Amino acid sequence: MSEFLQQTINGLAWGSIYALIALGYTMVYGVLRLINFAHGDIYMIGAMVGYYVGRLLIQGFHGAGVLILVGVLAVSMLTCALLGFIIERTAYKPLRNAPRINALITAIGISLFLEYAGQFVFGADPKFFPSLIEDGVLLNLNGVIINKIQFIIFLISIALMIGLRFIVMKTRLGKAMRAVSFSHTASQLVGIPLDQIISFTFMMGSALAGAAGVLVGLSNPKVEPLMGIMPGLKAFVAAVLGGIGNIPGALVGGLLMGLSETYVVGYLSSTYRDALAFVLLIFILLIKPAGLFGKSVSEKV
Amino acid sequence: MILINPYILQIINLIGINAIMAVSLNLITGHTGQFSLGHAGFMALGAYASAAFTVYLHEPIHQLFPSLAPVYWDSFFFMTSLAFGGLVAAFAGVLVGVPTLRLRGDYLAIATLGLGEIIRVVVLNLDFVGGARGFTDIPEYSNFFWIYGLLIVVVICMARMVYSLKGKAFLAVREDEVAAQSVGIHTTQYKIIAFVVGSFWAGVGGGLFAHLNTYLHTNSFGFLKSVEFVVMVVLGGMGSITGALSAAALLTILPELLRIASEWRMIFYALLLIVMMIVWPQGLFGKRELKWRFKKLK
Repeated sequence: MSEFLQQTINGLAWGSIYALIALGYTMVYGVLRLINFAHGDIYMIGAMVGYYVGRLLIQGFHGAGVLILVGVLAVSMLTCALLGFIIERTAYKPLRNAPRINALITAIGISLFLEYAGQFVFGADPKFFPSLIEDGVLLNLNGVIINKIQFIIFLISIALMIGLRFIVMKTRLGKAMRAVSFSHTASQLVGIPLDQIISFTFMMGSALAGAAGVLVGLSNPKVEPLMGIMPGLKAFVAAVLGGIGNIPGALVGGLLMGLSETYVVGYLSSTYRDALAFVLLIFILLIKPAGLFGKSVSEKV
Repeated sequence: MILINPYILQIINLIGINAIMAVSLNLITGHTGQFSLGHAGFMALGAYASAAFTVYLHEPIHQLFPSLAPVYWDSFFFMTSLAFGGLVAAFAGVLVGVPTLRLRGDYLAIATLGLGEIIRVVVLNLDFVGGARGFTDIPEYSNFFWIYGLLIVVVICMARMVYSLKGKAFLAVREDEVAAQSVGIHTTQYKIIAFVVGSFWAGVGGGLFAHLNTYLHTNSFGFLKSVEFVVMVVLGGMGSITGALSAAALLTILPELLRIASEWRMIFYALLLIVMMIVWPQGLFGKRELKWRFKKLK
């Protein structure tokens, strides 16, 4: 039983990272109906920026701590937001009225570009993320251990998600985002600046991916330019699982994904880890094609 | 053939195999409009099935028919092996096509992507085809004549299928599913036909690839490979067979030409991909075919 609980805790920590990445997918899909394949690579860039900034700050201040972590998070989120903005303006905007398949291939092209440019700029070898915070046991409940880092990951993700929820549900900007995701034409008719809202959504999603990159660096210190491919795909699966375009759905999907993955690794075999996500995906698509929380939309003729 | 150096011959052969893959995916994605990101998975199934067939069944079957002359025997055996690979892929196509083809657009793309990954991971865990070590010592049966002979067969098969009266139904499904249904086209049936025929030829292409390379590893059939085939179809122009052929040739040669740029190679490739999609959204040929027209004599 205690092993099961331990797996659950590990799974939740992983799952909250998936959830952060999945949120970005869901938001972009919500406003553009585009699977942003480059999202996983933005997460990689987030981790890379975190690596360099973290090292710089630790050298500069001779030590690590919560403030440094916050600084690293902020820089990496800002960089990723900027990157998201550039990508959206240069590559996706010209294709907004093109066939969907073209936009999808462009997204894949950008993903490839970031991966290979990443290998070129950062080098292909894995790097070790500086330990921004000392790890240690936070709580020990009869052998079930909650680590400090796991707790921090969970806390930061939840805080970011609450922030996002607040922006989307309570602000004018969020209202505009929801309107855009409902209909481009209708929102333009009521005077919503479409391009700005889409760019802003992109930036927010990318910032979340950047945060996820830093958090992954904390718990799993090996960062490399190709690290974003699999988590990216799996986070997308998580977004579909919860119902794409649905923000709480992405959270639940991400947590479910993290949990089921750690259970499979813990109780079956790690070689099946990558297949699990997709088995889960096909299974959910067959039963409930719109995802757990999604509304199925019937086609109007 | 003897005069061409092996490197160029290898590229020519790869162009042929990629062309088979592109034309087979063209039926699914180009003509019927079903976006599949798992074509490499079906290729992997065909490659592994046909390689296992040749490696494990060569001797037992030969003992059944000892009197056949070796020349005919090898060709006949290779043909059976390719057909076996194709059939395994086609069977998998039915198995997954029936439930997943109800999904539309992006969901289908993601489901097929997942499928390709599942196939890859399962093959990776099968020990009798080498597992993570890779499948080695596959006899080298494929050559220029096999590959291009089969390419001609695929192209004829696809052209006969699509440019027939019934073939219009595929296009109807692509253009508007609801409208197609309302004029009495059984859309699911046509989607499944396209999927199964496409998977069959993907399996055959995989078989050819296995017997050309003589070594298989699941890494050669990843997500990127599927993307490459989709790019060939889109770049050629959705639903243009000649377009798919030319794009397959172009996208096989391009990375080789970019080898001069060494480290910058894949960066260029990615940038070209983006630029091509923005500049030529319709692909090289659009929906048209490249044809030689002869003016009618009056």
